[in-house]
Amino acid sequence: MNQTRQILFDEPGPRARRRIRIATVLGAVVLAGAVVAAVHQFASHGELAAERWQPFTTWPIWRYLLTGLWATLRAAAATAVLSAALGLLLALGRLSTRRPLRWAAGAYVEIFRTVPALLLIYVTLFALPQYGLNFPLFWKLVVPLVVSNSAAFAEIFRAGILALDRGQTEAGLAVGLRRGQVMALVVLPQALVQLAPSLVSQLVGLLKDTSLGFVVSYTELLYSGQVLSSYTHLLIQTFLVVALIYLVVNASLSKFARVLQARNGRLSGRRGRRTADLPPPLIEGNTPR
Amino acid sequence: MDALTAHLSQLGHGLVTTVELTVVTTVGAMLLGIVVATLRIAPVALLRAIGTAYVEVLQNLPLLALLVLFVFALPTIGISFPLFTSAAIVIAAYEGAYLAEAIRAGINTVGVGQAEAARAIGLTFGQSLRHVILPQGLRAVIQPIGNICIALLMNTSLAAAVGVVELTQAANNVNLVEAQPIAVFTGAGLAYMLLALIIGQVTGLLERRLAIVR
Repeated sequence: MNQTRQILFDEPGPRARRRIRIATVLGAVVLAGAVVAAVHQFASHGELAAERWQPFTTWPIWRYLLTGLWATLRAAAATAVLSAALGLLLALGRLSTRRPLRWAAGAYVEIFRTVPALLLIYVTLFALPQYGLNFPLFWKLVVPLVVSNSAAFAEIFRAGILALDRGQTEAGLAVGLRRGQVMALVVLPQALVQLAPSLVSQLVGLLKDTSLGFVVSYTELLYSGQVLSSYTHLLIQTFLVVALIYLVVNASLSKFARVLQARNGRLSGRRGRRTADLPPPLIEGNTPR
Repeated sequence: MDALTAHLSQLGHGLVTTVELTVVTTVGAMLLGIVVATLRIAPVALLRAIGTAYVEVLQNLPLLALLVLFVFALPTIGISFPLFTSAAIVIAAYEGAYLAEAIRAGINTVGVGQAEAARAIGLTFGQSLRHVILPQGLRAVIQPIGNICIALLMNTSLAAAVGVVELTQAANNVNLVEAQPIAVFTGAGLAYMLLALIIGQVTGLLERRLAIVR
């Protein structure tokens, strides 16, 4: 705490240090109590028994779960590529000088930003087949996710493009570039660097969305857990392990986003760039972690 | 259209459940968010660690995985609630992590001078938070909080996947009977858009009333 500038409290004096110690002890007691209660619940229902956890040290179980993770990653990758591309087009459409284009892209974004992905999944599952549009299983998950995530990507891209200093566009136009060229050569390259952290954060959200494969019966990670637990009857163990896998993958991605954010912060530290529309910088007394 | 009018009560029930779930979880998540945000800036290192761990874990797990864990797996260790309550607890816990981060960002916009002034007149950590920091910090992030509330509204649909008959599930059920997907799902989609619009309008109103123009 020495170097960190804390907003709400000074360097503690003797009395404050005592209070902090008391609070620490109390916190530790509450935490320990919660752990003991959890262990007790597990133990009293026989879920702590070694043979109920032992399967998770064997390769076949892990191979099955990792196959599920691979399917999750594949679905996430397909969704990410398609929805980022579509999102970029939509953002450019919303910023276009042509009114019909602006209007159409705006309507798309506003509609699919407020319709739940699950509803879209139900549409692809139960409505589209009636009209002869029966996707393979993989695309039944990916298509609705692309539809809803592209709206989210469009908003990120738009915010990033708008956050860039207008002088950049004006300078580009002044040296005789056409609007499309200004966008491709001047604005987008800079905006994308600034947006990298937000885009990676959106990847986390998108990866979480693929758990809707549970509804589609596409055997990604969560549904694999479901299938596995119906064979082994190791319900809570399986889902805890599945949760742990999600946590590891997503926490790494989040960490990556923070690294990018910190790097961008250093890069633009001296230039007065407007970052109002970007996610707020990480806090903790304004020191990078 | 007949498909919609013939099942108005069923769809209406779903809509009411969605609204109830949204309201209950918004309130819960807001309280939780304030508590967790406070933990993350508390003078006690252990509490800060707990707050950080909470946000990290809840933000990095899919909501559906949490719902499945809570609804299907926890009963095996003797913890079970009614379905609606379970869904509400899980969604509130999940969105609470996002609100905590938004609130923390808001706290960060409050000038350091404000906190120093509060300390200088002898307010404790809790007092300065309650009387000085939070009232200003929350006003700075009304819009982000509104956006999270809209995301929360959309996320309540995931409760359908574990068996809560809210709007999405009701629409699906009606479609299974009537086989009129376009009318039914468009209706449900419009209802979600309307609810999101209402949340957006309320946020805008609050923003105009409360936000501090600096």
